[in-house]
Amino acid sequence: MRRIISILLENEAGALSRVIGLFAQRNYNIESLTVAPTDDVSLSRLTLTTSASDVEVEQITKQLNKLIEVVKLADLTDGEHVERELMLLKVKASGAQRAEVKRVADIFRGQIIDVTASTYAIQLSGTTEKLDAFINALSESVVLEVVRTGVTGLSRGEKVLAL
Amino acid sequence: MKNDLKTASKSELEQLSGGDMLVRSLQAEGVEYVFGYPGGAVLHIYDALFRQDVIKHFLVRHEQAATHMADGYARATGRPGVVLVTSGPGATNAITGIATAYMDSIPMVVISGQVQSHLIGTDSFQETDMVGISRPIVKHSFLVKRAVDIPETIKKAFYLANSGRPGPVVVDIPKDITNPADLHPFEHPEAVSIRSYNPVTRGHSGQIKKAVTMLLAAERPMIYSGGGVIQGEGSGLLTALVKRLGYPITSTLMGLGAFPSTDPQFLGMLGMHGTVEANNAMHHCDVLLAVGARFDDRVTNTISKFCPYAKIVHIDVDPTSISKNVAVDVPIVGPVISVLTEMLGLIDLETKAQGEHNAKHLADWWAQIEGWRGQDCLAYESDANVIKPQQAVQAVYQATGGGAYVSSDVGQHQMFAALYYPFDWPRQWINSGGLGTMGFGLPAAMGVQVAFPDAQVVCITGEGSIQMNIQELSTCRQYELPVKIININNRALGMVRQWQDMQYEGRHSHSYMDSIPDFKALAEAYGHVGIKITKPEELLPGLEAAFALKDQLVFVDIEVDPNEHVYPMHVAPNGSMRDMWLKKGIRT
Ligand SMILES: Cc1ncc(C[n+]2csc(CCOP(=O)(O)OP(=O)(O)O)c2C)c(N)n1
Ligand SMILES: [Mg+2]
Repeated sequence: MRRIISILLENEAGALSRVIGLFAQRNYNIESLTVAPTDDVSLSRLTLTTSASDVEVEQITKQLNKLIEVVKLADLTDGEHVERELMLLKVKASGAQRAEVKRVADIFRGQIIDVTASTYAIQLSGTTEKLDAFINALSESVVLEVVRTGVTGLSRGEKVLAL
Repeated sequence: MKNDLKTASKSELEQLSGGDMLVRSLQAEGVEYVFGYPGGAVLHIYDALFRQDVIKHFLVRHEQAATHMADGYARATGRPGVVLVTSGPGATNAITGIATAYMDSIPMVVISGQVQSHLIGTDSFQETDMVGISRPIVKHSFLVKRAVDIPETIKKAFYLANSGRPGPVVVDIPKDITNPADLHPFEHPEAVSIRSYNPVTRGHSGQIKKAVTMLLAAERPMIYSGGGVIQGEGSGLLTALVKRLGYPITSTLMGLGAFPSTDPQFLGMLGMHGTVEANNAMHHCDVLLAVGARFDDRVTNTISKFCPYAKIVHIDVDPTSISKNVAVDVPIVGPVISVLTEMLGLIDLETKAQGEHNAKHLADWWAQIEGWRGQDCLAYESDANVIKPQQAVQAVYQATGGGAYVSSDVGQHQMFAALYYPFDWPRQWINSGGLGTMGFGLPAAMGVQVAFPDAQVVCITGEGSIQMNIQELSTCRQYELPVKIININNRALGMVRQWQDMQYEGRHSHSYMDSIPDFKALAEAYGHVGIKITKPEELLPGLEAAFALKDQLVFVDIEVDPNEHVYPMHVAPNGSMRDMWLKKGIRT
């Protein structure tokens, strides 16, 4: 099952490599990873997705917690949560495709953020499934380049992951 | 006003170089000994060591030996061992010893020199990314960026190495940081706290209560103790608990000595080379109490067949150990001392309220166990003309009166030592269990001898293993370390050969050596005493003569039967705990 693990990490050199190294060393997989500093400059927030059974994810979270630089973590998939991923695409936009691509982007609430005579750059955010669906809705021949940030998220309601 | 005072005292602080700060910080941590080897990146530190006389430095002949010496010191004393090596090859040579300490949760602080800060990342001379290379085998590591950070970093390194589940910590220090020309105010912090690191201080009371109820209701109870009991200083409490309950107990290779091996409640070691009684009692028990043990694959045999009838209670200070390999019913995360203390209190209360538990069941269970014990699985056939390795270990026991610290290397001799030398106190048995590092035995024994100069320290080794760090005979000469080396010489990489006999139809692919040195002459060349023993009747007198030479290192080379196997041995693959080979071709 896919899990979203959200981690508060000391914002120190080498901390990220310990997290990544743990996954490699213990044969866990990482499907996506996103990391950036937070409002507290001493902390980074890292969100990763992995697919693991309940037993495996228990080991993964315990092993992560054991890393000295991991301050706090939560498995967002444990409870209700919101998640988003940001995607930028460069697509062919010439001739008849130009209007069609714009129409599909509108349906998915994508924004065109750069325009040339023959291409569009489109920005789209949403769940992983929504982004996948958008790519599928475009014909393969128009997609030139895709870049995705990986999943990030928050738990819903009062629960917070903070110091 | 307050601020003024603070600035005033700051300026009165002693001004020291990074190198001097490091040495002063080590002194402040109570470090007595450093094991190391110099080189370019640590010359400033070595100069600082030269200008003081609080810490004694031991110069090894290979950095791997420095780590094992520090490790042996730590295993024998419970205090962190300290290692100092240079950058590049010095650091990489230390890796095997760091991994050895990591696998067995041994507290160690390894200080490695690094190239100058501005050269990092340029493939400069003797540059290695030590923090990167050691990352999977350390509890934590630091790269020091400023000299003023040294005292706090060292404080943190010792705190981390020696608290919670202990382990090695690497502190990598670029050469410019220790430059004697740059002076900084020195202030050693009294204490440190790390916000993301809070080892548990006691177990969950509800869980402990559940565990006690389960233990007292058991019909076929079994206790399985591991290295964590020794590391956590829980031996006395564990012994009290086992005596109080009258239950049988077994131990992992790492836990030997936590409960006295000569006590009748002790069933011997369990696992791959465990005794028939220990492995059978594990298989048939209905409640298992695991203390400071981690259900290693060398213990469990096939996981799906492990302890099929048992409810399992597991006490460990490290939450990741719980349900990692075997799902347990009552996990208790906490230090053994506090958990066992609480358990003992509850046991007294509950038994007072309910009367003694299950005396009849327990008697039946013991009768069944005595039946297994009666098979005498450690019996071997002796021979008038050739020394059996088991017999050699038993003679060492006799000659030392059971009172020696015993280190071992890895192989058949290690298993014979574990099975035929009963250990009665914690920290008596010094052994690389997790990594299984050949070459560990001699330097580890040297570390023990450093800690206890007057103690009898024995290294039980094989002709294969001893050659992996034989150069340390020179270090022993320099510091007059009177270790007794017992070389169980079977002219073979015996353990490899045993597997080849059992699983590869006797094809001995590279498990023998054609030119084994004359160890007696070799020991003499290093300035020590060498004795060669070949006949059974020479065994005990020879060993007694060796141990009588209290102040000298004696290398006792014992020619033993090369065809002996270690038994019992788990049947694998797909065997359970109770499936064992008992002799060549005979199994349970
Ligand atoms: C550094 C290292 N290399 C290889 C091994 C694999 N190994 C385990 S036991 C053994 C043979 C050891 O031979 P010896 O020291 O003579 O002991 P014996 O088994 O003969 O008693 C080997 C090669 C190891 N444990 N450590
Ligand atoms: Mg051998």
